[in-house]
Amino acid sequence: MRASIRVTLGLSIAAALVASTALADVKIAFIDPLSGGGAATGILAQKTHQFYIDAINAAGGINGEKIELLSFDNKVNPQESLIQLKKAIDEGARFIVQGNGSGVALAITDAVQKHNERNRGKEVVYLNYAAVDPALTNDKCNFWHFRFDADADMKMAAMTDVIAKDANVKRVYLINQDYSFGKAVAAAATKMLSQKRPDIKIVGDELHPLQKVQDFSPYVAKIKASGADTVITGNWSNDMVLLVKAGKDAGLKVGWQTFYGGSPGTVTAIGDAGVDTLKQVTEWHKNAAPELDPSVAAFVARYPGKENEYAYWRAKTMWAMFAAAAKKAGSNDPVKIAHALEGLRMQTPLGEVEMRADNHQLLQPLYVSTLERNQKYDVEGSGLGWRTDAKVDAKATALPTTCKMDRPG
Amino acid sequence: MAEIVAVSLLNGIVYGLLLFMLTAGLTLIFSMMGVLNFAHASVFMLGAYFSFQLGRWIGFWPALVIAPLVCGLIGAAIERYGLRHVHRSGHVAEILFTFGLAYVIEELVTMAWGRNAVANGVPPAIDFALFSLFGSSFPAYKGLMMVISVAMFAFLYVALKRTRIGLVIQAALTHPDMASALGHDVPGVFVLVFALGSALAGLAGVIGGFMLLTQPTLAQAIGPIVFVVVVVGGLGSLAGALIASMLIGVLQTFAVAVDYSLADALRASGVAIARSSPLYDVVSIKVSTVAPIVPYLLLVLTLIVRPRGLLGRRDA
Repeated sequence: MRASIRVTLGLSIAAALVASTALADVKIAFIDPLSGGGAATGILAQKTHQFYIDAINAAGGINGEKIELLSFDNKVNPQESLIQLKKAIDEGARFIVQGNGSGVALAITDAVQKHNERNRGKEVVYLNYAAVDPALTNDKCNFWHFRFDADADMKMAAMTDVIAKDANVKRVYLINQDYSFGKAVAAAATKMLSQKRPDIKIVGDELHPLQKVQDFSPYVAKIKASGADTVITGNWSNDMVLLVKAGKDAGLKVGWQTFYGGSPGTVTAIGDAGVDTLKQVTEWHKNAAPELDPSVAAFVARYPGKENEYAYWRAKTMWAMFAAAAKKAGSNDPVKIAHALEGLRMQTPLGEVEMRADNHQLLQPLYVSTLERNQKYDVEGSGLGWRTDAKVDAKATALPTTCKMDRPG
Repeated sequence: MAEIVAVSLLNGIVYGLLLFMLTAGLTLIFSMMGVLNFAHASVFMLGAYFSFQLGRWIGFWPALVIAPLVCGLIGAAIERYGLRHVHRSGHVAEILFTFGLAYVIEELVTMAWGRNAVANGVPPAIDFALFSLFGSSFPAYKGLMMVISVAMFAFLYVALKRTRIGLVIQAALTHPDMASALGHDVPGVFVLVFALGSALAGLAGVIGGFMLLTQPTLAQAIGPIVFVVVVVGGLGSLAGALIASMLIGVLQTFAVAVDYSLADALRASGVAIARSSPLYDVVSIKVSTVAPIVPYLLLVLTLIVRPRGLLGRRDA
């Protein structure tokens, strides 16, 4: 009697396993922080990816197969990421999605390339939605990596174009995080400003440890003493929020030129002091188009609350292109999808986008925006919203690349 | 030059007093009970969250009083129903218990308030510039923080050294059996001390929450620096903690202001290192870049040169 129960139980578990594998045909591994300091951004991104994947599945999937998103917590640590990557591949994932931290991205792109060289026929493709170190699509580029966010140089080009037209900017202070991305931002700012506005003086070039500073007051004192009228920073997360908070406390009057002024909590922290002064470069903001995109509205309805403030427009673009590439390839084989993604063009509600074939960098429109009162859509319930200062079309964001990649035959 | 020195000194003192506020309760608990409380920073975080929540319901000033009291009650409960039982198994068990507690509190906070930072803004009552120094304004809440921090030191010093209950507390630590035989409620004293230490952490959290980010990782973010202060100052020494806090605050702040590197110093003394040299990458790092590492450097130095800390009586 007992034995037969066991057999039945065993059979039903086996049946359930078979059923569940049959349901999920294309496995995609999401490797990003889901615990610890980076969890807030990681979990928001996870929800956004899941949201767009659900939409693809609801429309019948890709080539008749459903997509399943598997999540792996890497704690924004490169070593941990490689362990999770191995686990993801062992579980059958052939596509990797990651974004938080260029250090992690450099480790993953390298590991993916090595894996693919050693495991012909079992290649994996790496979809990067947020790591913006320019090296990833230049010296460190490879065929398997595709980036859907504009890199630091492209964002800096858009930012410096706006600065070049602003006669009030005369003294600029650079403050960035001390790792590959922060250094890339500082280098790009120095180079581009010297070309576009040689009269602008760079009065400070600061690097501080990543996510270790609790009190930015000493840095603000230095900025103040330097007589800077503008601060350029690539800081994100806590480093962004605490920096503007310390600036507000000390009554620092500068223009904040940022990549991540829209980081969760930043607008709340700076409040009215950010009006007219806090600027950001992004591929989207709530007031980019006259009306909120239906998918964004649906996301907001499904995930209400401040914690879920929509931020990853590029995820929408990424999954739309992924589905289009699968359709074009007529197959869900990663190598075929990768070939199909190369040079793929698409219309989005904000304009045309293109995946560059030479270095796998997505070209998409970029917006430089400023925090203002009385905008149609505000952020974090603050009553303040982003207003577009300048829009750069996708083609105009392209920069020369040093990428030389080997393509599989 | 005068500007950067004056402003840096002020910022250094503010940061130092914030550090002292964080460590006062921890030092109290360690010096009186011998328990290294790893959950201290978590109670600090609870203080920040309670003041945020109570501030919304009943306003800032009542919250300033009630949030620390709630933290004190939680501390009392931790001692009475947790630590007291673990105590018998020795110090390792106590450390593991508080270590685990820190994780539990972080998860509970995440469940209650979410993963993102809450909008714990400075309340309007203290949201104005107290004075201006070389054009940089000094916010009133930082002034309040300095006052509270100094008051904490004075209160603890007087309470422990000059009052009868302070004597009983000290006796209960060194001679628990004798104090008990004389009719003093030794377990009760321990509950009181732990509650007081937790209340101080809560009070620090109320003010510290405005300066830092009130989010579930707050405890993790400040945990290490708190232990640096305690070890450098000397485990269990209140005056040592104050001196160490100020030292670390001022040193770190001034380090940020120094834009020179080892290479500059060497060049001044006639030693030039070529850009192509493998050493160049190391010696060309500016002091300001490594400023936040200064406290940890100080920790390592202390452990090598004087393991008991500045004013400590036993080795760390």
